[in-house]
Amino acid sequence: MAKQASAKDILLTPVFDNNPITLQILGICSALAVTSKLDTALVMAIALTAVTAFSNLFIAMIRTQIPASIRMIVQMVIIASLVIVVDQILQAYAFTLAKQLSVFVGLIITNCIVMGRAEAFAMQNPPWASFLDGIGNGLGYSLMLIALGVVRELFGSGKLFGYEILPLVKDGGWYEPNGLLLLPPSAFFLIGLFIWALRTWKKEQQEAAVFRLAPQVKEGD
Amino acid sequence: MSNNKESTARTLIVAFIVSLVASVFVAGSAIYLKPVQQQNRLLDRQRSILAIAGIGDAQLSAGEVRALFERRIEAQVVDLTTGEVNTSLDPTTFDALKAAKDPKTSTELADGEDIALIKRREQLTTVYRLVKDDGSGELEALILPVRGYGLWSTLHGFLAIRPDLNTVIGLGFYQHGETPGLGGEVDNPKWKALWPGKTLFDDEGRPAIQIAKTGATQDTEHKVDALAGATLTSNGVKNLLVFWLGEQGFGPYLDKLRQNGA
Repeated sequence: MAKQASAKDILLTPVFDNNPITLQILGICSALAVTSKLDTALVMAIALTAVTAFSNLFIAMIRTQIPASIRMIVQMVIIASLVIVVDQILQAYAFTLAKQLSVFVGLIITNCIVMGRAEAFAMQNPPWASFLDGIGNGLGYSLMLIALGVVRELFGSGKLFGYEILPLVKDGGWYEPNGLLLLPPSAFFLIGLFIWALRTWKKEQQEAAVFRLAPQVKEGD
Repeated sequence: MSNNKESTARTLIVAFIVSLVASVFVAGSAIYLKPVQQQNRLLDRQRSILAIAGIGDAQLSAGEVRALFERRIEAQVVDLTTGEVNTSLDPTTFDALKAAKDPKTSTELADGEDIALIKRREQLTTVYRLVKDDGSGELEALILPVRGYGLWSTLHGFLAIRPDLNTVIGLGFYQHGETPGLGGEVDNPKWKALWPGKTLFDDEGRPAIQIAKTGATQDTEHKVDALAGATLTSNGVKNLLVFWLGEQGFGPYLDKLRQNGA
């Protein structure tokens, strides 16, 4: 690395400037699946942050020992073990939430964020920096998940963490919930809107246009 | 040992050590957490039994579930072949699912019989009786464990029926691995709400319950609307009900109960 990145940069860059969901477009599957309620979104966010941080830490610790020919397999073994342990812990101490998250905890193994950070960061950096990078990327993911969870649960069922915030029409209140928000596609639209907002705020995240109109085409044609 | 990081010997050693450490770590955590998980599972099953019998909801605390279960539910070990109640085994410790795996305590099902695709059926199983709250010990609901294969997984659940041994109080699954959003909708409260009041048997006493794509609004007696986009899960649920209500399942036990006037 040309310039030594500070711990704060490593930790905070992935939150807004290089967010795994909005900029790298990774981890979308679980972001659609577990965010219809805030509590599942939060547990998933914590689980993924823990897995990314510790897999980065362990991989960075043994990075000089890993032969290049089996490095992906070694990374997978570490990540998979951590995910199983997290799943076991959830089943022991948050059983109902673990049941709701069902397969998605196990699918952290295949979450591109974890593998991506292991390969892109932990293999080239010391353990502490890698650990922070894992936490940072986990936070970036968590931020999006929590934002999605808040919007979807609040406007989809009028609640937050299961507690009523907007009284529903069917219970004598005034709020008619938007059922679409409880379905996975709504998370797509929301992520799209978040990306739009973020790239309007941070213009450097905008991508160069892939296609350019031919010079003779006038605007409005 | 060569010093070269990329040598075959070195690669094997690294692979071996990493696997060893990872497996010790995983196995250790699984064993350490097992007692808590088993308690959770037991509690979850009790909660599910109460919910399906219609007397408990998800808001109950762990203590309330245990107390309500203790007070209202009587467990019995039943011999599925004869339909007799087995009094020599303790229903609180008897594990029917374990018995179903052991060749000594289960029978293998022939292809034609095995419509629920469970391969082996235990000889003894545990059923739960919900008794009236007035202390008379009178039966209010009978809760039968049912299981069968859907699309991806075995669905484990309970069927609660009225003392007429025909009318459904509720059906629910506490464990399955069906596709979330499609087959996983067996957990949807709206779908589960279609079950109460349906009758299981026709006039001749054969299982007549159906999960139908059409006609569920006309034949309100036996037909339940199928799950959209989950034909195989719907078929699985229907098959497992037909199996467990039939001769290979609780048929003999239900016959005995009918003879004795429930």
